Amino acid sequence: MATVIIPTPLRKFTNNNARLTVHANTVTEMIQKLITEFPDLKKHLLDANGSVPSFINIFVNDDDIRNLQREQTVVMDNATVSIVPAIAGGAPL
Amino acid sequence: MLLIYPIIANQMKAAVQFSDEECCGFLFGQEESSDLRTITAMMTAKNISSLDRRSTFEISPQDYMDAESFAVQHHLKLLGVYHTHHETPAIPSEFDRIAAHPYFSYVILSIVENTVDDMKSWTLNDNFKFEEEPISIININQQIHGYRNHSNSAA
Repeated sequence: MATVIIPTPLRKFTNNNARLTVHANTVTEMIQKLITEFPDLKKHLLDANGSVPSFINIFVNDDDIRNLQREQTVVMDNATVSIVPAIAGGAPL
Repeated sequence: MLLIYPIIANQMKAAVQFSDEECCGFLFGQEESSDLRTITAMMTAKNISSLDRRSTFEISPQDYMDAESFAVQHHLKLLGVYHTHHETPAIPSEFDRIAAHPYFSYVILSIVENTVDDMKSWTLNDNFKFEEEPISIININQQIHGYRNHSNSAA
């Protein structure tokens, strides 16, 4: 089972769980399992195209999945998957 | 309502004044209820935006993970993020709204002529719109009486 670390802003959707264990072969499968168990996560983990939104980073162990196979990145059984919200913004133009 | 210890408010102001670029960081504390939070600690973060850093900010994933670790180590909650707007009001931009996450308090400090002119806090509602969260700078032992929530909407 992989360990998924839920960031503070999303814990209200996971019954305040900071860590979850999921058995999944890929990041896509992991997200689907999380959404099945916690449906309110969906709008925060998937955009309209079914991809991870640009303001969410996902790391498998220490590697950003955007530098690997994105949502098709393999999740090993002992992996730690971190969901990391991108923190950004700016003044009005 | 967001209660901020004076020392933290002063640390934030000291951290952001006299910078030409947008400044940013994390806010920590305790959550007394769903609409009452106390900020007791802060952490500055580096602005790594690849755009014009005078009008945009971005915090690295590593800094974010460090902030989560800091909260666990100090038995605090990561409650929000602060950043500056230079020569513009402490009102979230559309970029702020699109990039915002639920639950967090987003404190914006408006900098006018190198001085903090205004400070407001905002939270994202279920419709992904910002609502103003009243701020009070309090002493540690000060009690809060007659609290009423006067929220504004923006963005």
